[in-house]
Amino acid sequence: MPQKANRRGGPKKDGLLTAAPFLLPSLLGLLVFSLLPLLVSALISFTDWNGLDQLLAPGFLQEHFIGLENYKNILSGAELWKVLGNTGAYIIMYIPLMLAASLLEAYLLSSTRRGVSAFRVVYYLPVLTSWVAASLIWTSVLSPQYGAMNNLLALFGIQGPGWLLDEKWAMAAIVLVSVWKDAGFFGLILLSGMVGINKSYYEAASLDGAGAWKKFWRITVPLMSPAIFYVLIVALINAFQLFPQVMIMTDGGPNGATQVMVERIYRYGFRYFRMGYAAAFSWILFVIIMACTAIQMKAQKRWVNYDA
Amino acid sequence: MKKHLSAILASALALVLLMSACGPAASDLTKSPDNPDPKPSQQQDTPPADQPVTITYSNYNASGGNEETLQKMYEAFHEEYPNITVEIETIAYNDYFTQLQTRVSGGTAPDCYELNIENFAAYANKGALAEITGVDFSGLDETSLNAFNVDGKQYGLPGKFSNVVLFYNKDLFDQAKIDYPTADWTQDDLQKAAEAIRALGDDIYGYYQPLTYNEFYKVVAQFGGSLLNADKTEFTINAPENVAAAQMMADRILVSNVQPNEVQMGGIGDWDLFMSGRLGMMPTGIWAFNTFAEGCKFDWDITVEPGKEQKATHFFSDACVINNASDKKEAAATWITWLTSSDKAAAIRIEAGWDLPAIKDQSTLSAYLDITPPANRQAVFDSLNYLVVPPVIEDYSLMSDIIGQKLSAAAAGTLTVQEALDQAQSECQAQISLK
Repeated sequence: MPQKANRRGGPKKDGLLTAAPFLLPSLLGLLVFSLLPLLVSALISFTDWNGLDQLLAPGFLQEHFIGLENYKNILSGAELWKVLGNTGAYIIMYIPLMLAASLLEAYLLSSTRRGVSAFRVVYYLPVLTSWVAASLIWTSVLSPQYGAMNNLLALFGIQGPGWLLDEKWAMAAIVLVSVWKDAGFFGLILLSGMVGINKSYYEAASLDGAGAWKKFWRITVPLMSPAIFYVLIVALINAFQLFPQVMIMTDGGPNGATQVMVERIYRYGFRYFRMGYAAAFSWILFVIIMACTAIQMKAQKRWVNYDA
Repeated sequence: MKKHLSAILASALALVLLMSACGPAASDLTKSPDNPDPKPSQQQDTPPADQPVTITYSNYNASGGNEETLQKMYEAFHEEYPNITVEIETIAYNDYFTQLQTRVSGGTAPDCYELNIENFAAYANKGALAEITGVDFSGLDETSLNAFNVDGKQYGLPGKFSNVVLFYNKDLFDQAKIDYPTADWTQDDLQKAAEAIRALGDDIYGYYQPLTYNEFYKVVAQFGGSLLNADKTEFTINAPENVAAAQMMADRILVSNVQPNEVQMGGIGDWDLFMSGRLGMMPTGIWAFNTFAEGCKFDWDITVEPGKEQKATHFFSDACVINNASDKKEAAATWITWLTSSDKAAAIRIEAGWDLPAIKDQSTLSAYLDITPPANRQAVFDSLNYLVVPPVIEDYSLMSDIIGQKLSAAAAGTLTVQEALDQAQSECQAQISLK
């Protein structure tokens, strides 16, 4: 009798007591491997630690504490804004393209046309592929003169751009590869939103003479808005954390056109021996992501529909 | 209540399992209070020579092919010094420095380890390394020793060295009916030959020397310039000599096109281009010998790189260093000195074709000269007369990244050479404080 259990309400005192020992192992892991490093990184961001000195040596923190210096330097320098501009360019291209591609995938997966079963087998493969392998293959596909992409474009009489070697196109190339890689995952989430829609809405709309396009915009999209909302939040956070494809395909180049936040953090921490600076950079990234997510959460009231 | 008890027991078990996963760290922490050592740990600083001691040595150079060579060297060492046991850790280059940095800051770094020149100065200046004393390293080459000397203190011993020579495709020179390059060529002679070879075909190129930081600082030296002033207190990246050097390199790509641009390269490597027989000349490391001997279907040879105002050739070396926090510095010094300068280690290294030992004694090196191709192996040693070492500063990686990024923009033609070097100069000044 599930109702009875429900009526007892949430975890009461003795329930918590029973649960606590079971929760402890994973809580401990969370504490040691997530929360503690989080706090330590905040502490490091107020120091000029070089990543080599022993942090726990007595007197180290007092001696190397520099207050908000790192934050001041980052916020007053040109680099943060340039890197944010690059990330912004990525987001502006990536989010709409990714949403369109994963909606299309979800639509294809839900339909019963011929050939769909073959598509169901392959659509998730990019998601399962490792970023390293995918990046290396795409680097060769996007090679301007000999790559598959530009040769394909040439068949239609289009002279392809320099992709990863061209400052103007490098970020677009990264977006292209990221959409290819992520659309399967987000498509699957959107699919779950799509198949949850009651068929009777469509039947009613058909009776009223609505076409396929109208049904899609007036029924499908509003009723799957919670799924779309989830996808947007996750995709935006991922976009700010853009890293492996950049490191492997362009290494931040050409001429800094694909330098992004996490790439900078890695470089400052592990190549330039400025761990305090890198830690401050990562906290700035954290605040930006928090703010963007908060705005999304606020804005959802205007368009996300939980009535289905 | 019984239910609670079993739950608590189950979770206690889970906890124990979790703790045992981080076993070594936990037991390390508890060791000293529980079993107090008869001797305080400070006294272990200098263990008597006849006491057995175990040290750890980390390296990346042996990974990918020379693990057994290094093991052979260690076995020969252990025969001579049976009291010193060395635990060798060989880690792939890509993971090596991230891992090492974490271990140094965590106080768990190996007793001695290998560092490349980019990281050496940073580690030495930050106090992570111990001065190497009490051992005789007079058998080592002085120039290479100097590369790892900071303010008169020897913090590293050159484990091996390699340098760069000019490789050329004899068949292409024959086809173009021009003379082979010689040791007294200048950049102008090279340009003429490169143009003659470029004229042989649309996809045949005369020369390949990428406009990267590494090639740049060498060509700058050939033009009589330098990236820093003499006492390393100011950047001189956009000095006129340096601009002229970069201009020559960029023009070879953008103007005369004797050198392929990135699009023309089409993503293949420079060695592959040479081995495909479509490249006349390229300066590259002597570590290409084995690969080219197997992969080239044409005649090739080497010579000393051409210069401009003067000759300048690359010299790469890695340092064996001692962890400043180690309590077995003496044994560590004994091992790395043997590894870098003993005849036995040198002989094993040469036999395996694993770079060159940085030793003075030419007779040990003579075996190296007998191997062909290339026929003119002597050029490897002749090049040593002109070697330049990179301008070692604490923020080396940051400087080389900034300059490299601007140079690649100049090579692509998105910035003029002057703009690129002006920007590199101002960015380095803004981000790096020189002592």
